[in-house]
Amino acid sequence: MIVAEQKSLDEIKTMLAPYQKVLIVGCGTCVTVCFAGGEKEVAILASALRMATGLEGNPKQIMEATVQRQCEYEYNEAIADKLKEVDVVLSLACGIGVQTMNEQFPEMLTLPGLNTTFLGQPTEQGVWVERCQACGNCVLATTGGICPIARCSKSLLNGPCGGSQGGKCEIDPDVPCAWQQIYDRMKALGRLEALLEVAEAKDWRTSRDGGPRKIVREDLRLEK
Amino acid sequence: MTQETVSAVSPATTQENAVEPFEPDITAFTCIYCGFMSADTAGALHFSYPANVKLLKLPCTGKVDVEYILKAFENGADGVYVVACPLGNCHHLEGNVRATKRVAYAKKLLDEIGLGGERVEIFYMSGGQGGAFAEAARTMTERIRKMGPNPLRKILNRC
Repeated sequence: MIVAEQKSLDEIKTMLAPYQKVLIVGCGTCVTVCFAGGEKEVAILASALRMATGLEGNPKQIMEATVQRQCEYEYNEAIADKLKEVDVVLSLACGIGVQTMNEQFPEMLTLPGLNTTFLGQPTEQGVWVERCQACGNCVLATTGGICPIARCSKSLLNGPCGGSQGGKCEIDPDVPCAWQQIYDRMKALGRLEALLEVAEAKDWRTSRDGGPRKIVREDLRLEK
Repeated sequence: MTQETVSAVSPATTQENAVEPFEPDITAFTCIYCGFMSADTAGALHFSYPANVKLLKLPCTGKVDVEYILKAFENGADGVYVVACPLGNCHHLEGNVRATKRVAYAKKLLDEIGLGGERVEIFYMSGGQGGAFAEAARTMTERIRKMGPNPLRKILNRC
C-alpha cells in the first residue's frame, strides 16, 4: 500500500492561513489502512483545526468528507457539490489523490495534508516498513522474494557490502541488512548457488531515471 | 449510576458552587467493568465527589478514541479523563494499555492545539475502589479549576 503520514498541525495551519472555509477530504483506500487520511483522521484533524484556529481568534469553518478512492475521478464526483461551499480543499490522500483533485477540479486549489512516504507493508499494528520502490523491473525472482532495491540502503544488486555487520546495516543497528536476509532466505530455499550468478547493471530507465512513467493498455481503453 | 445519582451523593458540591465562580464541566469515559463499577461503589458507599463529572460508559477503555476526546473538548468540556481497570487487569486484556497510549497522543494533540495536554488524564482502579474514583474526580476538578475554563466555550459558542 501507499504509506503516508500527516503533516504537522502547524504546517497545515500555515498552509490554510489565507482561507476561511476549508473542506478536508480523506481517502478510503491506502491512507485509511495506514491511519493517515481516512474518515477518522479527517474527523480528528477537523476537530483539531476548529479548536486551534478558534483559540487563535480566527475560527475557520472546517467541513469533512471522505471518498472511497481519491485517485479516481468517478469517486471524487461525489463531493463536487461540497466544493462550491468552500475556499480551499485540504486533501488527506496521497500525492496522487491531491493531484487528481487538482486536475479534476481546476477552479479549486487542493492542498496536501499528508506527506506521502513510501510503498510499504504493515509489519505489526502501528508499524510500516518500505517494501517496494516501483523500479519498474522487478528482481524479486532472483533474490528469494526480498527486494534489494527497496530494502538495501544502497540498492545493491550484488550484496552484501562491507557495511553489513551481524545481519544489520551500517546506517542503523535497527535496519536489517537486506542482503543478509536474501542470503538466509536463499539458503533456506536450497538455492544458494543462484547467488553465485552476478547480476548485471540494472536498466534504471524503467524507474524514475526514464522520467515520469506511463502505462497504456490499448485492450482496456474505451476511446477508439 | 446516573448523573442524578452522582448529584444526590454530592451535596457538598452544591455549597461549593455558591462560592466557586468556576465549576469545571468534566467528561469521564469509563469501561463497564472496573471503571463504572468504581463509580457505582463510590455512590453505594456515599463517597462525595464533584457532581460536575459526566460519566460516559464504554464497553472497554480500549474503545476510547482520540476523536471522542477531541469532540468532548470541542463541545465545551473543560477536562476529560478515562477511568480504566488497573494495568494488567483489563477484562479485554489490553484495552487499558491502548487507552493509555491514546490519552498520551491526545495530550500531545491538545498541546499543539493550544488547549493544554493537562486537561486530559487516565486513572486506573478496580471496581471496589470507590474512594479512588472519588479522588480522581476531585483531582481532575481541582486541576481544571486551576487551568481555568475551556476557552473554546465562548469562541465556538458551546454551552
